[in-house]
Amino acid sequence: MEVDRADGRNPNQLRPLACSCSILHRAHGSASWSQGDTKVLAAVYGPKAGTKKNENPEKASIEVIWKPRTGQIGKPEKEYEIILKRTLQSICILTINPNTTTSVIIQVVHDDGALLPCAINAACAALVDAGIPMKHLAVAICCCSAESGYCILDPTKLEEQKMKAFAYLVFPNSILSVLPEGSSLVQGEPMEHGIITSVTHGAMSVDDYFHCLERGRAASAKLSDFLRRSLQSKLPGDLSKAG
Amino acid sequence: MGLPNASEDLSSEMEVDAFRRLFPLRYFERHLAESIRPDARSLSRARNTTISMGAVASADGSALAKIGSTTMLAAIKMEVMTPSLESPDEGCVSIDFHMPPICSPLVRPGRPAEAAPVVAKQLSDTISSSGMINLKELSLVGGKAAWMVYLDIYCLDADGALFDAALLSAVAAFSNLQIPTVSLDDGKIVMLPEEQKEENSEKEPVNKEKRKLTLGGIPFSLTCILHKNYILADPTSEEESIMETLVTVVLDSSNQLVSLYKPGGAVLAYTSAVQDCIALTRQRVKELHQILEEAISGMEID
Repeated sequence: MEVDRADGRNPNQLRPLACSCSILHRAHGSASWSQGDTKVLAAVYGPKAGTKKNENPEKASIEVIWKPRTGQIGKPEKEYEIILKRTLQSICILTINPNTTTSVIIQVVHDDGALLPCAINAACAALVDAGIPMKHLAVAICCCSAESGYCILDPTKLEEQKMKAFAYLVFPNSILSVLPEGSSLVQGEPMEHGIITSVTHGAMSVDDYFHCLERGRAASAKLSDFLRRSLQSKLPGDLSKAG
Repeated sequence: MGLPNASEDLSSEMEVDAFRRLFPLRYFERHLAESIRPDARSLSRARNTTISMGAVASADGSALAKIGSTTMLAAIKMEVMTPSLESPDEGCVSIDFHMPPICSPLVRPGRPAEAAPVVAKQLSDTISSSGMINLKELSLVGGKAAWMVYLDIYCLDADGALFDAALLSAVAAFSNLQIPTVSLDDGKIVMLPEEQKEENSEKEPVNKEKRKLTLGGIPFSLTCILHKNYILADPTSEEESIMETLVTVVLDSSNQLVSLYKPGGAVLAYTSAVQDCIALTRQRVKELHQILEEAISGMEID
């Protein structure tokens, strides 16, 4: 039941990842994230004061502006904006800066499949770069399910169209804590196995979904490590500059 | 930690209404601990659901669906179009979801509701990926003419679980759909008006016997709130605004998973919670299937 992938990857293999932070000068935080040919640029402005319509006296609000590569934004982009906004709201600590707005601007540079997961990863790195307080990081991944219940990770655009169904999954990054209870189990599962966001397209059996979930969790550990490493590599440099 | 303790003390001496407004989350948690909700439902119970078919006389198919007080009016209008070159023998379905200001105090006139395009996109994704409608059935003359189906859903009262009600009304409108008769006139497609169906015999209708769509796997959905270890089925808008983690599961009649939609939220969904949501949806699918069947058979008697 092997599915041959056009680029010769094995089913669990991700495309090469790249992440660079602080690439825009005017933004408070920015990051570019690429998975193979899919590349997304994220910029964060804020927390800033302002009398926007979504202002909340008890919580900070987050707005997401999605810029497609070409043309106007349509329904799919509007949906991406809402999913991204809700996902970021659930990982940020909103009570620290009440009555402020943080803008996250997502610019799609190239779309070659798994666009929303790529944007979530980029936004997450940009929020860290801007120093927005967060509960934990999040990593997003796309899993495809074929007719035979076969599952592949991080599909290209062509694979996405060919496959029966696919799921975008977002998991929390494992928390490294000095406290022993920091990495506690919730309902008998480690905390990083909980789903923050799940969006599926196409019909699949329930078992296939859980299969995707399992593969996604395994791969998200690798993604978590990569995200953590690329954020850490920039920290010592900053500290030496400050000192 | 001043606030929660304060509310604990106050709850015995305060009026219920005041307590509900000041500490909405506490108020709900008190109920949840007793396995009941403020509107006297148990946690896993959905609100009363009704469907009435043919609510709009001028439309080709229509239905009004109510889940509790959430009300959706769906209407289908069909037009003949030239199919695109890529798919010459397929019709097309276009879905629009409207949230006029009457539906909720959160929607202001002149400013479109944020949720509307998202629900519309979710609906069209769900309907296309469930394979409920075979687009080939919408073809009239291969490469020349096919049906363009405009499905418009109006939200009349938004009291939570918007997607569930919208999907139910859409499915009901499709099962109520009567395809209008058309005939070929010098290679052009002409709609036959209802009244001259009998007398004009020289114009033979091309789709005489095909007046109904055969619906494939019909999708039904259930939205649940996750809060701590509780799972609340079919939330009202008040519950949605207080406890923000929503999971929408869509299953079709053969129990295939059409969509599992969880846009963020403070509560993480673990495997057991996801399984519970799917199990609740399975029950709900049976209920909804029966309600839809009854609504259809009720139509046929009239």
